[in-house]
Parts: sequence; C-alpha cells; structure tokens
Amino acid sequence: MIKAIKSFRGGIKPGHHKVTAELETVKMPLPSKVVIPMLQHIGAPCMPLVKKGDRVLVGQKIGDSEQMIAAPVHSSVSGTVTDVRPVLYSTGVEVMAVEIKPDGLQEVHESVAPPVYTDKEGLLRSIRESGLVGLGGAGFPTCVKLSPPPGKVLDVLVINGAECEPYITSDYREMMENPEGIVEGTKRVMEITGVAKAFIAIEENKPLAIESISSLIKDGDNIEVVSLATRYPQGGEKQLIYTVTGRRVPVGKLPADVGVLAQNVATVAFIANYLKTGMPLIKKKVTIDGGAAANPMNVEVLIGTPLKEVFEFCGGFCEEPRKIIMGGPMMGVAQYSLDNSVLKQTNALLAFNENQAVETKESVCIRCGKCVAACPMSLMPLYINANVMRGNFEETMKYHVNDCMECGCCSYVCPASRHLVQSMRQAKAELRKLAARKQGGKN
Amino acid sequence: MEINLLAGSSPHLKSGESTQKIMRDVIIALLPAAISSVYFFKVKAAMLIIVTVIACVTAEYAWCRITKKENTISDMSAAVTGILLAFNLSPSVPIWVAAIGGVFAIIIVKQLFGGLGHNFVNPALAARAFMMASWPVQMTAWQKPGWDAVSSATPLGIIKNGGGISGQMPEFWDMFLGNIGGTIGETSALAILAGAAYLVIRKVITLELPIAFIGTVGFMTWMLGGEAMFTGDFVYHIFAGGLMLGAFFMATDYTTSPVTFKGRIIMGIGCGLLTSVIRLYGGYPEGVSYSILLMNLVVPMIDRFLIPRSFGGGAVKNA
Ligand code: SF4
Ligand code: SF4
Repeated sequence: MIKAIKSFRGGIKPGHHKVTAELETVKMPLPSKVVIPMLQHIGAPCMPLVKKGDRVLVGQKIGDSEQMIAAPVHSSVSGTVTDVRPVLYSTGVEVMAVEIKPDGLQEVHESVAPPVYTDKEGLLRSIRESGLVGLGGAGFPTCVKLSPPPGKVLDVLVINGAECEPYITSDYREMMENPEGIVEGTKRVMEITGVAKAFIAIEENKPLAIESISSLIKDGDNIEVVSLATRYPQGGEKQLIYTVTGRRVPVGKLPADVGVLAQNVATVAFIANYLKTGMPLIKKKVTIDGGAAANPMNVEVLIGTPLKEVFEFCGGFCEEPRKIIMGGPMMGVAQYSLDNSVLKQTNALLAFNENQAVETKESVCIRCGKCVAACPMSLMPLYINANVMRGNFEETMKYHVNDCMECGCCSYVCPASRHLVQSMRQAKAELRKLAARKQGGKN
Repeated sequence: MEINLLAGSSPHLKSGESTQKIMRDVIIALLPAAISSVYFFKVKAAMLIIVTVIACVTAEYAWCRITKKENTISDMSAAVTGILLAFNLSPSVPIWVAAIGGVFAIIIVKQLFGGLGHNFVNPALAARAFMMASWPVQMTAWQKPGWDAVSSATPLGIIKNGGGISGQMPEFWDMFLGNIGGTIGETSALAILAGAAYLVIRKVITLELPIAFIGTVGFMTWMLGGEAMFTGDFVYHIFAGGLMLGAFFMATDYTTSPVTFKGRIIMGIGCGLLTSVIRLYGGYPEGVSYSILLMNLVVPMIDRFLIPRSFGGGAVKNA
C-alpha cells in the first residue's frame, strides 16, 4: 500500500455517517413490479424494444439506441410487460420506461452467456451490450470510456474506491464482499486498454477494505493500492486523478487527455463478473439510510424496483420522511415520489426526517470567503451567486462557472445558507440558452 | 402512503455554521481584551463598551424598523461593531461622543451602503475616523491606566516626538500586558493574541492577513525606523499601538477584506506598508486604522483582479 502523492485543494470534512459499513448486503426478493427507464446513462435515450403484453426474461435487452454514447437496458426480471409509458425523473426530464410484472420464475434469457470475442473491438462491443455505465454515480457508458479517442494513449488506470460521500457504503461492501472481483476486473480493464499500471484508490477510513484488496495483489500485477486522505470530494474524478497521479485534467478536457482512465470499484467488479457469466447489468448494491429509515442497511436490488418497495423491504420508516435522496447527501437528487425506480447508477437511497430535510433560511452573504476556500475547483461561488441574483449571467463566465462540478462544498460551508450550487446550475443553464440563441442568430 | 416530499437542490447536508454563530465567536474572542481594558482603565472602559454596544444595536434596530426591513440585530454583527468601536477609543472620550460614533457606524457606514456584507469600509474604523475629525481633542487625550485620569502619551507618540529616551518608554512587559496608554482595547497584546488564537481555532479567521500585516510593519520599521538602516525598534512598533487589534480583529473583517488567500496577503502587505509610512513619515503617531480604511477601498478591486484559475487550467473559455 502507498499513500497518495498529492492533496487536492479545498474540500470539506463532513461527518462520515457510515453506520451501514459493516452490515453485510442483503438480497431483496422480487418486487411486485419493475419500471425500467430507457435513459439511465449520460447520452442518448434508448428506444424500447418490447411492447405491452410481451413476455420478457431476465437479462433480455429491452431498450437500445443507435447512438454511440448510450448503453442498452435489460429486463431485471422474467414476466410480462404491462406498460410502456413516459415517466418523469426528479431532474425534470421525461423518459420512456418499460413496466414489467414479474412472474416469479426468474427465467434467464438465452442471450445471457459468457461473451465470445476474438479481438478488442469485439470485447468492447460485448461490454456495450452489458449495459454497463459508470456505477460511481455519473452513469457515463463504460464502453465509451474504455475506448479513448484516436491519438490519446492511456497509461494509468485509477480505480475509484474513495466513496467520499457521507452515508454511502455500497462500494465499501463491494470491496469487502467481492475483493477478488475488483482485482480481477482491474486486471481485465488493464488488458482491454493496454494500460500497464493501475492504482486502486481507497480512503484511509476504510482500513479493512485496503487490507482485503491489498492481500489479493501479487508482485508483478502492477497494481498498487493507494490510501487517500478522507476528505470530500476525494472521489471526484479530477481530484482523485490529481491526488493519485499528480496529473491535472485540464479544464474542459477528459482524463484520457492526460493518459488516465478512471473507473469505479463496482464498475470493474461488474466487468469481471460479466466476462465470466454474461449477465448484463440488472441489479445494484444500494445503501439505505437516513434519519427516517427504520433499518439502515445495504441491499442488493433489481434495477427498476420502485423506491417504495425498497424502503418497505428495509422495515419502512421510523419517522415521516421529508426528503428522499437518490445518491449521497452532497450530490444526490431529491426524489419527488417514492414511485421512482432504482437505476443503474443508484448507490444509495436516503430518507431524511424533518430535522435533516428542512433548509435554513438564506441570509445575506457576509463575504467570509469560506465558499472560496472550500471550492475544489478554485471558483468564487459568492460572486457567481451575486451575479445570478442580479441576472448578470454573462458575467458569471468570468468567474468560470462552467468549471463547477456541483460538488456542493460551497453550499455546505456557507454560514449564510446561500443557495450557491443552485445558482451555479442556474447560471450554467442560462449560459447554455444564451449560447444557443447566439448560434440561432448566426444561421 | 401519501407523503409530502421536499424537493430542493443538492447538497442536502449543511455544516450548521451561521452568521450568528460566527459573530458570537468574535464576541467571545473580544472578551479577553474587554476584560483587560476594564482591568487597566476601570469603569471608564466598561462605560465606553456598554454605551457603544447599546448605541450600535439600538441604531440597527431603529433602522430596520424605520425601513421596514427584517430585524437583523440577532445576527450580532451590530454588537461586534459596538465593541470594536469602543476598543478604538481613548478612555477619556466622553460617553456622548462614543454614542454618536456608534450611531454613525451603523447608520451612515453600514446601513446606508446596504447593510451587512455590503458596506465597503469597516464601520468601527470609519466611525473612529469621523470622530477624530469632529472631536480631535477628546479623541487623542490619552491616559495612564488606573483609576485617575492621569494624562500620558502613548508609546508610539513618544517615539514620534523623538522620544525613546530610556525611562520614558514603557517596559516591554507592561506593553505586552497592556499597562500603557492607548485606546482601551488595543493596549494588551496578550489579551488580543488570546482572542485571536480562539478565532483561529474556531476557523473564524485565517492567519495570512494578520501575519502579512504585522510582518510588513515589523520589517519596514526595522529597516527604516532607526537612525541607520536596519536598526529600527520593530518590537515596539509591533506591540505598541493598535497593530495587534487592527491586524487580528479589524483588517480581517469579512465584509471589508478580500475573499481569496492571495487577496488577503496583498491586503495585509498593503496595510503594513501604509501603517509604516504613516507612523514613520506621516503626521500621526498611529496609522493602523487609516491604513485599513484605505485598503478597504481597494478590496473590490483586489477581488476582481484575483479571480483564481480553475483547478486544471484557467484560460477563460471564449468569454
Ligand atoms: S460562504 Fe456564504 S457568506 Fe461566506 S462568502 Fe461564500 S456565499 Fe458569502
Ligand atoms: S459546487 Fe461548484 S462552486 Fe461549489 S464548491 Fe463545488 S465546484 Fe466549487
């Protein structure tokens, strides 16, 4: 094990709240229905390949897209398609979804078999067929990431086991329950991409995970476990790459531009399993926690399971939940309804009680500079916020608002409870509109 | 199950910091200096502190009532201004002058410019400058510590008037503890440092600005303050007068100091240079408060010119 060579700027140290860390993952039984949206990745939405009344099987592809940046979707159950209809995401986007009533047989589709490939292209194609997206939360299609644009040479692989968001322990459970899979997957990815050196980076507050993974690595594997300082957002891709390799990903560029490929631990573990079994991405480890959750725990859930049923399986609520968050408390999305489904990149579901959910009132900015000190991207959130309040969206560009990764550190520290991240998003959206209008004007 | 779920943008977790908690920490940090001021200047100091705090808080309350704005006295920033103003007054300042100063600080300097976070100069220091101009005699009648109003010069006044003759200058330890003439809150370096340490531990302030400020004054007065180069008595310049109070409690005022690390260093050096120039070559023995006020004026510029590069680059993309 080695230590990270650099330390990123800014960041915060929120409490860990990782009470579910040592609770073994429990498999959730079949839900009464699954609703599987056609867009669970960054990129183009898939088109449904099934219609109402069709019988589908486990692992059967039910949605795909012709587009390059997309990941197909598969049925997580065997049963009958009861509906194909649009659903509304909590981000405000409407997407088509396939609703399936399980028949309880969990009959596996014939396409599910260890992938056969003769060359790298074939291998990448089968990874695309698995429906895999980055499981760390962003949901970028993995096969796209594994094939860097021509001319870019990858030489380092960084496996992200930081899990820096409070509450979430699903990656930690993966590291504890399936360390072989992670090491195996790391080696597979090294083979696929031809990268000679890999680092598995884990925050130092997870010593057992560091130990269990280190013990599986042999000399000559060219894999190194790196222990990271425990600080949020240590798992942010650019921060992670910088602390582990010392390379800065330039603004507006991708890790591939500095020769780095970053993958989440759960993502590589999936690759290892997929290459052995051919079972596409149909289930997820999810941490259930928050003040209103009766039994905080880790569950293995089928993708498409309604949130309501997940919480019911975990003992329901001990208090009235006021906020349901998909993901961590720093970057997760508040859900407007418990009818929403578990998605591919869902790693946690938090039910916050009244106390945790209620926001403090905004007061005037006292110019304390805490947001500036906390920003890992070196921005000046207070000035972006002030310009947004005045409607000066173009001015926010001078303050590099587009470099904001919406990590939430600024809002977290602000003593005046300014809605800083919200104004970052607003500024970015307005700038996009402005740019579109300028484009339109030219034509 | 029908439940009413809150939406809301991430993050869904907050540090729990608030303006009120920060101001409360500042008041706690000012307590050692307040206690030492009462110890050395007795009831006069206590009266001044009470009167300025009451004046500031009442003025803030009245302003909010009259302009029908939300009442902001609970954020405690007005009370902080009151204490800091009192700390910048000589024990001989009449109570009514102090009260007018407090009202001036809140109404003219703070609220007329938009209130907390918007005033571009430090309210306590601007009020002090206004009082100096209006009542110069009362404002500069210095006294020896103790019950009786025995007039005395400040150590810097002595240096200014060609003093430094042994016997006239106070002992270092008197100066460090605060047993010297001066404004009621500035004399005890020990009490101020204790308060400053608390602010640093509580992460209310960072040290780059005070260190740059004090370091610059130390270097400049050492280099230029003596008969020959590098013979100046910088220890006196650092510990006598309002430098400690100014560097740790006045220059670090959030509203009127830069928000970046680099900006704060620049402000600290700027304050230090101005203070040294005023002390060594200007008409006044003391220059801390004017130098801070002057630097306050350039803070918006410092912040605008020092927009940091984003992590991993910085080239403004086709702005
Ligand atoms: S943290 Fe909040 S109060 Fe402090 S400068 Fe930033 S926006 Fe203003
Ligand atoms: S959300 Fe954006 S502005 Fe705020 S700290 Fe994170 S990167 Fe900086």
